[in-house]
Amino acid sequence: MDTLLITNILAATIIAGTPLLLVALGELVCERSGVLNLGQEGMMLMGAVMGFIAAVTSGSLAVGVLVAILAGIVMSLLFALMAVTLAANQYAAGLALTIFGTGLSAFIGSSYVGQSISGFPKIAIPYLSDIPVLGPVLFRQDLLVYLSLLLFVLAFIFLRYTRGGLILRAVGESPEAANANGMRVLAVRYLAVAFGGGMAGLAGAYLSLAYTPMWTENMTSGRGWIALALVVFATWKPERVLLGAYLFGAASILHLVLQGLGWRSSTELLAMLPYIVTIAVLVLLSCNPARTRLNTPLSIGQPYRPSK
Amino acid sequence: MASTARLELVNIVKQYPGCRANDGVHLRVAAGEIHALLGENGAGKSTLMKVIYGVVQPDEGSVIWNGTPTLIRGPRHARDIGVGMVFQHFSLFETLTVAENIALSLPASEARNTRKLETRIREVSTRYGMALDPRRHVSNLSIGERQRVEIVRCLIQQSALLILDEPTSVLTPQEVQILFRTLRQLSAEGCSILFISHKLQEVRDLCHTATVMRGGKVTGSCVPSEVSVDDIARMMVGSDTPLSTQATPSRPGDVLLSVRQLSHATTDPFGTRLDAIDMELRAGEIVGIAGVAGNGQDELLRALSGERRSEVGRLFIDGKDIGQAGPAQRRQAGVAIVPEERLGRGAVPGMSLVANTLLTAYGRGLVKRGWVRSAKVREYTARIRERFDVRSASIDSTAASLSGGNLQKFIIGREALQQPRLMVASHPTWGVDVGSAVAIHEALIQLRDQGATVLLISEDLDELYQLCDRIGALCGGRLSPLVPTSELGIEQLEQWMAGEFPRSDTPELAAEVIHAVA
Repeated sequence: MDTLLITNILAATIIAGTPLLLVALGELVCERSGVLNLGQEGMMLMGAVMGFIAAVTSGSLAVGVLVAILAGIVMSLLFALMAVTLAANQYAAGLALTIFGTGLSAFIGSSYVGQSISGFPKIAIPYLSDIPVLGPVLFRQDLLVYLSLLLFVLAFIFLRYTRGGLILRAVGESPEAANANGMRVLAVRYLAVAFGGGMAGLAGAYLSLAYTPMWTENMTSGRGWIALALVVFATWKPERVLLGAYLFGAASILHLVLQGLGWRSSTELLAMLPYIVTIAVLVLLSCNPARTRLNTPLSIGQPYRPSK
Repeated sequence: MASTARLELVNIVKQYPGCRANDGVHLRVAAGEIHALLGENGAGKSTLMKVIYGVVQPDEGSVIWNGTPTLIRGPRHARDIGVGMVFQHFSLFETLTVAENIALSLPASEARNTRKLETRIREVSTRYGMALDPRRHVSNLSIGERQRVEIVRCLIQQSALLILDEPTSVLTPQEVQILFRTLRQLSAEGCSILFISHKLQEVRDLCHTATVMRGGKVTGSCVPSEVSVDDIARMMVGSDTPLSTQATPSRPGDVLLSVRQLSHATTDPFGTRLDAIDMELRAGEIVGIAGVAGNGQDELLRALSGERRSEVGRLFIDGKDIGQAGPAQRRQAGVAIVPEERLGRGAVPGMSLVANTLLTAYGRGLVKRGWVRSAKVREYTARIRERFDVRSASIDSTAASLSGGNLQKFIIGREALQQPRLMVASHPTWGVDVGSAVAIHEALIQLRDQGATVLLISEDLDELYQLCDRIGALCGGRLSPLVPTSELGIEQLEQWMAGEFPRSDTPELAAEVIHAVA
């Protein structure tokens, strides 16, 4: 394989990993507050369809992205109303959200299937993009890829170095203790859930406005579920989510490359590759219980009811 | 006493469904006063504290803070006006550092500069004699150190009233002395302290005044140093409950359980490894293991119950190796376990007492060829309820609906009725009221008199001295020699609890040590 091919594969890896990175970062923050939202798939789909419709009708990609984020947030607030305010079972509420989002997005988007728009263009960053291999891979991407990397850095800093991050982690570890310390548990959880929703919406927009600029039913094809697994196996660490997302991206590109090289015999098996590789690697990484425990939000999945 | 009290509660009423937790409570704490709040479990102390700390709002009555009637809206508001709280189950975050934990309860402006905060933590902790390293993770701290974090946190917030909820129940006697020194220093500087405790002797040593509660009402108040411990106990439990049991001397028989050089690595990052445990327990004796929680008690219990298997050659019952046997096989061999956590490990919270009986007593003819013999189970459960005075609405009540003491009586009764040969009980009277504790102690003594071996793991030294024929201590996963209770002074036991005992690597050496001590 020559350098050009490798460069192209790596660049495609980043692109394929980006939607996963976005949705998984959102879910990571959400779970760190102790709320497990299984509705990622539904929120992503709503983000994808609403973003696409908005972009088509307004003619502006920026409007599309904003609407997608809003759609994700609205969906997540629905979830928060059930799972945080009403303290309903988080698993059931999340599943309901996915089923709801899948159906609603198909309904809303039915008349837009088959339409296409020109998606986000690649922007080459001066000088940096001229570095061999690394330049085209990292610095000749679309705006949303840059945004996803920025969001990763911000999330990393937020969780590790800021008071807000500290409060988030504290609420996720022990909402009772957090309440006793005067923190507003429900408010923190609402914000975390809404952030997760916004990120899922953005991830959806990436699919329908950049990755494949069009709308098809169920176009997330399980990425929301992979993101959920990713967060757990990444032991709630953003840097591992980044790794896992790009690993998934690499494996999904690899299967296309292998097909191109003539491995036509088992397309279905190859299509499974990204899912299997990502989970396998992260399982191996997370099998040390002692280190995992320091990052696990202990209260995850448990509704918190303040005492009256 | 100053003319305006630091805190005054007037006619506080708090009604919960089915229970009037506070029924017209009056309380007055002066500036610089150490005030004890005494009462059994369920007397309404916790509810009253929650009212003061703003966690719950009273239905009636008012809180007067420094002479001004104040509505305390929540924990944050309570803290802002100067109420500090040290919780019984600590409100710390284990995965964060000491400084991070303290930063979380300070206003953002004071918490932003981490280095400055760390210096301040060091200053305050040194000044009050409670050494603390602000950079350590709470998960690596001992229970005593965790309590210091909570106290230092209140001190940094400059609390004018410090509420301590059973602060000594988790401390070694030396740690208690350090704590008391700190509290006296604070009191001398004008900080008021509300001290909640079960332990009457401590209250006599430390507190200026005491208020006693029973059934949600104040039943009396006194100056603790001027009345006897029995007088205070009477106010707490009422007149119809015996205050303690006295064990008769035992007649130990043959060796039942022997443990030889049992070591277990821990899988729990916050656990303790067992380090070459040696012991021989005889039929018809109660052996006590003292020690501060987290020194290997839970690991020892798991090793004995079979939740954790051991290698061959470590655990024997009647000379038969049971190291590889699982919990069910050990139960068949006559081992009964009363774990520390009543709900979740000793009983299934959401299931009825009947179902919980079946959980361990299934071997007593309650199941036939896979079919549950419902009538027999109910009869068995009814027998437990009657014999051990378990107060529940019926045998169909869920385990979670019982009070701690009643559920513990049920669990002890369930195990005792199976006539075990070895009963391992971990902290059986922790958080249990005096009446239930007496019943539990009687059940254990009765088991012993029937020829069973009882291994009592407890932090309560009074309990251990009252019941045990032999006694020892566990520290850092190592077990001290087990010597006759009458031959071991409490000071010596305290040293052993702190790990200062001779290492007994071989049984012969252990025998020598026991000899030397005796």
